[in-house]
Amino acid sequence: MKRIYVNEEYCIACRLCEVHCLVQHSQSKKIIKAYKEEAPQLMPRLVFEEEGPLSFAMPCRHCADAPCLDACITGAMHRDEETEAVLCDEDRCVGCWMCVMACPFGAIQRNLKGTKAASKCDLCYGEEIPACVAHCPNEALVFEEREQ
Amino acid sequence: MRYVIIGNSAAAVSAIEAIRQHDAENPITVISDETHHVYSRPLVCHLLGELVDEDRMHYRPLDFYEQHQVEPMLGVRATAIDTQAKTVLLAGGGSVPYDRLLLAVGGKPFVPPVEGIDLDGVFTFTKWEDAQKIDRYIKDNDVQSALIVGGGLIGMKAVKALMARGLQLTVVELADRILSTSFDHTASKLAESILRRAGAEVITGTTVKEIVGKEGRIDHAVLQDGEKVNCDLVIFGIGVRPNLDLILPEPERQTGIRVNRGIVVDEHMRTSVEDVYAAGDCVETYDMILEVERPIAIWPHATRQGHVAGCNMAGVEKTYAGGFPMNSEDIAGVPTIAVGLTDPQEHEDEYEIIEKYDRAALTYKRLVLRRDRLVGAICVGDIDRAGIYTGLIRDQVDVTPFKEHLLSGSFGLISLPKEYRKHIVVGEGIIV
Amino acid sequence: MSLSLLPPEFKIVRDDARCIACQVCVRQCANDVHAYDPEDDWVYSDYSRCVGCHRCVTLCPTNAITCVQNPLDFRANANWTHAMITGLHKQAETGGILLSGMGCDQPQRIYFDHLLLNASQVTNPSIDPLREPMELRTHIGRKPDRVEISCKDGKVKLDTKLAPQLELATPIMFSAMSYGSISYNACVSLARAAKQAGIVYNTGEGGLHPTLYEYGPWTIAQVASGRFGVHPEYLDVAAALEIKIGQGAKPGIGGHLPGEKVSADVSRTRMIPEGTDALSPAPHHDIYSIEDLRQLIYALKEATDYEKPVGVKVAAVHNIAPIASGIARAGADYIAIDGLRGGTGAAPTVIRNNVGIPIELAISAVDQRLRQEGIRNQVSLIAAGSIRNSGDVVKIIALGADAVYIGTGALVALGCHLCQKCYTGKCNWGIATQDPYLTKRLNPNIGSRRLANLVRAWSLEIKEMLGGMGVNAIESLRGNRDHLRGVGLNEVELRSLGIKAAGEA
Repeated sequence: MKRIYVNEEYCIACRLCEVHCLVQHSQSKKIIKAYKEEAPQLMPRLVFEEEGPLSFAMPCRHCADAPCLDACITGAMHRDEETEAVLCDEDRCVGCWMCVMACPFGAIQRNLKGTKAASKCDLCYGEEIPACVAHCPNEALVFEEREQ
Repeated sequence: MRYVIIGNSAAAVSAIEAIRQHDAENPITVISDETHHVYSRPLVCHLLGELVDEDRMHYRPLDFYEQHQVEPMLGVRATAIDTQAKTVLLAGGGSVPYDRLLLAVGGKPFVPPVEGIDLDGVFTFTKWEDAQKIDRYIKDNDVQSALIVGGGLIGMKAVKALMARGLQLTVVELADRILSTSFDHTASKLAESILRRAGAEVITGTTVKEIVGKEGRIDHAVLQDGEKVNCDLVIFGIGVRPNLDLILPEPERQTGIRVNRGIVVDEHMRTSVEDVYAAGDCVETYDMILEVERPIAIWPHATRQGHVAGCNMAGVEKTYAGGFPMNSEDIAGVPTIAVGLTDPQEHEDEYEIIEKYDRAALTYKRLVLRRDRLVGAICVGDIDRAGIYTGLIRDQVDVTPFKEHLLSGSFGLISLPKEYRKHIVVGEGIIV
Repeated sequence: MSLSLLPPEFKIVRDDARCIACQVCVRQCANDVHAYDPEDDWVYSDYSRCVGCHRCVTLCPTNAITCVQNPLDFRANANWTHAMITGLHKQAETGGILLSGMGCDQPQRIYFDHLLLNASQVTNPSIDPLREPMELRTHIGRKPDRVEISCKDGKVKLDTKLAPQLELATPIMFSAMSYGSISYNACVSLARAAKQAGIVYNTGEGGLHPTLYEYGPWTIAQVASGRFGVHPEYLDVAAALEIKIGQGAKPGIGGHLPGEKVSADVSRTRMIPEGTDALSPAPHHDIYSIEDLRQLIYALKEATDYEKPVGVKVAAVHNIAPIASGIARAGADYIAIDGLRGGTGAAPTVIRNNVGIPIELAISAVDQRLRQEGIRNQVSLIAAGSIRNSGDVVKIIALGADAVYIGTGALVALGCHLCQKCYTGKCNWGIATQDPYLTKRLNPNIGSRRLANLVRAWSLEIKEMLGGMGVNAIESLRGNRDHLRGVGLNEVELRSLGIKAAGEA
């Protein structure tokens, strides 16, 4: 299964991955409209980490043995049969945050201003290549299959 | 080859899914004394608090049994297990033979012998049925106030539900502070002040002695020190014990299944009797931090244990390494997370504590280290990415290189040595 | 402290209707031009620091920013231009030498733009490069005076022993740019692209980083006046050696890499202490005559067993023709001539703009002179100094060069926008900097791809032009000035270049 990986050496901390993740998950999918009208209910699904010159984007790993799937009490966290991605059905999520507690990568965030549900990367479900990977200006993010 | 599962909750469901991953043909029978289709027990408090509707209680689709070719026997109570004849005996006289049996019978709420517990209006709070009864009682009796006995996690769930219903609440806790098993002193006191700020009354260091009724309804409760608490409703949320009804008392039952505080299982979730497995809140397993066997009744562990049991039942070897307590609970709207050993009481010189308490923002973080490894974490208010601490505890990572960063605002995988994020990074010299 | 008289050079124009306050510009500008105000939730710009590198413009996801010349008008003055006035203000404020990066930007005549190529028609058919073989392979090195072949058992054998040659797939090479003036990632990009394109790159005077030894067969190792990084292994791994006497951007003076740019890694590669200024003296202090140069050339040949070509790089100055003749006779295998427009990481502006002559005139003079003396075959000639496109390549080869060096062109391919602020070490594109925040921006995977693309594109265009001229091998074009015509040039210029005027058959 293809996952998103990051080459720390080439991440330039521009955070365009966050911008395009947010736009991809907006209603309008238009960057200016999404930011001017739909925000602040929107948030990017990946977590961005930065310390000094080191930085990288941290999207969900879609683990083969995902602790969040064990932890979810509503069945909102589920694995998509076709893509094997771990997805969160935000309509079912009640915001118990067990997944936030279980994820060792801290990849799940709480969308407090919007859906009040758990928010995480969904590999841009339905798209051929995730938006963050497609728009990374320095090819720091790649979408490929690796042995895990 | 017939699989029989007694129980219909977390461990049972993941056992079914695990069995079907490896065995698509042999029949599975589920026996449950509840009439409901698969539902999430943790959501019972949300149901009572009218935060979810009945549809969301089902955490698997309604065709789950058909999809997984399971024969459900709902509303049927198992009364005994004949491990010699390999049959499960049912109330009403029937029996179900098994080749492999899984005991996923969960826990039973602990109710102390208090005078007046048989009155209408006194409830425990673990099952869907409980929520329905309490809901009906509230509506029929115009309940205004409630007493919650037990200031632990179950008590907090009751608080959440009834606060959402707008009731006036009093919480009574026997220990000197609420949440004494998952929080430390500071976190407990912070939680108490949060509850009080939200309008609840919190009484610690005592418990209920007597519940007094009037005209068939509850009038008030009397605490051990004589204090009177006015209430229309009493919820007992003291604790849950592993349900050992099918095994105990030993001499009469004669199942041969070894129990301690919970059903004793090995790392394959096998009991002492061949072809009998157990998983979930009814077992005791290895606590990785305290290094003892004990029951840890937590939803993710039940799910994982059920999965392991199901794999082994289907002939695929899988082991369960053990677990540690982990809870996420919101207290009057303030999120909290407690993982592992949060308040060591013995050998205190072995432990190192790091804390950060922001009184203005009402956030508190506490980390417990033992031999330079994280063994416990508490987060009140600011729970973002708390799972990273869980991962550090589980993997017993040596935190010396980044100890000063553990509580910083920007703490994340970036603070860890590169090997720890090898699953996500690529580049020269990184071996995934 | 008195008020600075220097106005902003550029103006940032931000379309607030398009700006989404994502702050990419804030994070990406190395000169802190943009800032975010959380109270008002908007991004504002202090464009007094803007250098016109376009990093923010390029990365802005909504194209909300553009950068224009600050439209500040002085009273029209053809003599005291805006640049002259502000340059003088700057010197009055600092008392220092005005520095610039990159090459001469003044409107001296660009002879390339006055040269036109031929095409074949009717009397001499053109060649279709897609259907017929077109040879771009070029060999840099000394060619023999005579070639003796013999025939034995029906097999033809070459009896003459040839001097070592450097084989190029196409007559384009990456010019000398030192590690220190450019980033490690830029060096890796050049090395990888050279390998991919079948050409070479030049280490410049910064030595060779050990991780790049694997690209040795595609590397020319430079021995400059500071002798930075020169040790036996350095000479062994390279495919050719080059003694740097001068460069087109600053003929006659030495080089200076400020101590801030001498990081731990640069210091190791150059073999100098960390944080010290790297000063390359003006002359090599062991070369004070042509005989001294001959001695160094042969010392290098001895050290490498005569197995690789040893060339000499000089700046194009007034008497370049006799200088080149002397160098050829001193035993060099090739001469690289760097013209007026050659680039640099840092040079005094007045020298960069005023010293030296254009490469077109220099190559013509040298090529014609060496032919006159009958020694043209003894050296290959490499032209450098602002080769901007494949047309320039073809023209300079027709004027007498064997191949070209591209420096500025290569950096532009990597992302350079010629803001000329290389000497500050704050190159926003990660090229002319050692700052770890900035060097990350140049991903060698992307950089090498872009460079290889450039070489490929130009090679295809060269083939098309050659085909159009009815020529099927680049060798046939070398010094073949009859393929060129001048337009808008006076008689002296035409004579100097050795070409006819357009319109003459």
